[in-house]
Amino acid sequence: MQAVRTAAAARLAEMGWPTRRDEYWRWTDPATFAAEEVPESEAFRVERPIFSGMDKLRLVFTDGVFDAAASDDAALAGVEISRLANAPKWAVDAVGSLEAAGQKPVRRPLAALNTARATDGILVRVTGRATKPLHISYRQSSNTSDAILHHYIKLEPGAELTLLETGTAGARANLVMEVDVGEGARFHHIRPQGRSVGHRVVSAIFARVGAQAVFKSFTLSMNGRLTRNEAMIEIVGDNAVAHIAGAALGDGADDDFHHDDTVFITHGAVGCESRQVFKKVLRHGAVGVFQGKILVRNGAQKTDGYQISQALMLDDSCQFLAKPELEIYADDVKCSHGSTTGAIDETALFYLRSRGVPREEAVALLVLSFLADAIAEIDDETIAADILARLEEWLARHRG
Amino acid sequence: MLKIKDLHVKLQDEEKVILKGVDLEVATGQVHAIMGPNGSGKSTLSYVLSGREGYEVTAGSATLQGQDLLVLDPEERAAAGLFLAFQYPVEIPGVGNMVFLRTAVNAQRKARGEDEISATDFLKLVREKAKTLKIDADMLKRPVNVGFSGGEKKRNEILQMAVLEPRMCILDETDSGLDVDAMKLVADGVNALRDAGRSFLVITHYQRLLDHIAPDVVHIMADGRIVRSGGPELALEVEKNGYADILAEVR
Ligand SMILES: Nc1ncnc2c1ncn2[C@@H]1O[C@H](COP(=O)(O)OP(=O)(O)OP(=O)(O)O)[C@@H](O)[C@H]1O
Ligand SMILES: [Mg+2]
Repeated sequence: MQAVRTAAAARLAEMGWPTRRDEYWRWTDPATFAAEEVPESEAFRVERPIFSGMDKLRLVFTDGVFDAAASDDAALAGVEISRLANAPKWAVDAVGSLEAAGQKPVRRPLAALNTARATDGILVRVTGRATKPLHISYRQSSNTSDAILHHYIKLEPGAELTLLETGTAGARANLVMEVDVGEGARFHHIRPQGRSVGHRVVSAIFARVGAQAVFKSFTLSMNGRLTRNEAMIEIVGDNAVAHIAGAALGDGADDDFHHDDTVFITHGAVGCESRQVFKKVLRHGAVGVFQGKILVRNGAQKTDGYQISQALMLDDSCQFLAKPELEIYADDVKCSHGSTTGAIDETALFYLRSRGVPREEAVALLVLSFLADAIAEIDDETIAADILARLEEWLARHRG
Repeated sequence: MLKIKDLHVKLQDEEKVILKGVDLEVATGQVHAIMGPNGSGKSTLSYVLSGREGYEVTAGSATLQGQDLLVLDPEERAAAGLFLAFQYPVEIPGVGNMVFLRTAVNAQRKARGEDEISATDFLKLVREKAKTLKIDADMLKRPVNVGFSGGEKKRNEILQMAVLEPRMCILDETDSGLDVDAMKLVADGVNALRDAGRSFLVITHYQRLLDHIAPDVVHIMADGRIVRSGGPELALEVEKNGYADILAEVR
């Protein structure tokens, strides 16, 4: 593994630290992610567990380090799990490879930093259909913890895994997940990010999606002073499906809220479908950023690519910055994108109120209505219900 | 039940005056119809009564069972028993019809200090009302009005009315866009709710609906005023001759 870290450090040294002059960091300041000193953030301790009604295999990381005592036995049929420090043979060449490949055409220095300095992480190889979800549960206990976690998930052909990723990993967190979805394999990822209001997180998913494979990822963010969620998805096999969705709700009254989704999907094969569905609900000076790109390579015919990013402003103090991009080098493709910013629809609000629903409750319903397309990206009904419950809790906390 | 006196309304953001002294009284248990040319202010009257923003009442009053409507929020008016079936029902993607209905029922119950309805009682109630309006289970599951045909939307309005059991029902062109059978369904739905304690104000352009829902009084609205009131024969007269004679006479 040392060689992997050294190579990543060399990549980082070569490309240098990110700055606001970088094309994709103009709207989000990377300084605190790169700073030596970790900005303090008080841990949120009473978060109600989510997905508690589901049978799952839970692995806990506290302040960026695996917490064996709090975790389940890492035994699951068809799934091999090990820690980053004890990389098995299959992982030695794999770890860092998708991150390294994902450095083009846009450099991702913080991801290289992660590979070079990861504090911990898990390596998962899925050979069959996992009988229950794998749950990576993050906990923050220190107000100055700096969690650098690097996970690698490899799904062999035909394998299936649902991965739940929950909680705040540290006062500051740098999370990288590489996912190799083999031919015909299916990967579902659901990520309700933590509730500590002041935490800062930069995350990056590097995915490679094989023929007939399905990759689906959904993220819910409701707190955090600064969040940058990146996803680099490379579709390499024909007739594959890649969906990535996110719902972010930010209230600047709690603390600053700056939430950035930066997505890059590359179609490199024939007949593939990709979706980017991102929704942000902003209040009290919250800032939302979306940068999403669909790149269709020469020869990637019959591509069906769609991207939508929308912000709902609950007052006029907020800001939504969106940069949708299409770059297409094939002629027989169907690609579209859209981006909107709007307030609560007054006609719908009146309709609900005229039926006796009080204003605040009506606004909450309309927020859920706004988020519905993103929530609909979650296939599993139980998981979707739990996510919805989280949303409703947020709405109940942020009325008036 | 509903008393409107000399109601003057202008747009909040513009100098445009829409209602220029509306006088109207609907007694408990009665059905009144309002007809009138396009743009005469019928929908505006229904919006102002139910509390839509964007209008300014410059004079006059409106009370429901003696209670001043104009000082209440829309939800308070609903809890007080007022209901408006919209001329253009609103689509709310991502919010299921059932969720919407239950939220509305429980909100009104809460406002009146009553207990929430149980899930089973609610389901039973909605299924029963939906059946008579020929609204199928699939429509109930779908998001509010999304992808509904024009007629389905109108039937959905009547379903909401049937479930919420308001005392004062205002129907704004609920018959527009309905085929003959659907019009009969809607009229039956309204007639089923008619009783001594409930009143209706039915806005329509067509005599046909009034064949099914026999009104006690018919009003003609023109240029922001009620210019003529009479019995059901007034609707027949409009159907036959249009508004020209009546308007000429008023002028
Ligand atoms: N928000 C608004 N902004 C501008 N004009 C308005 C607004 N609301 C109503 N009006 C105008 O007020 C007048 C009355 O409109 P209203 O919708 O009440 O008429 P109506 O009698 O319901 O007509 P119809 O029979 O066509 O439904 C019209 O001239 C309309 O354009
Ligand atoms: Mg009208």
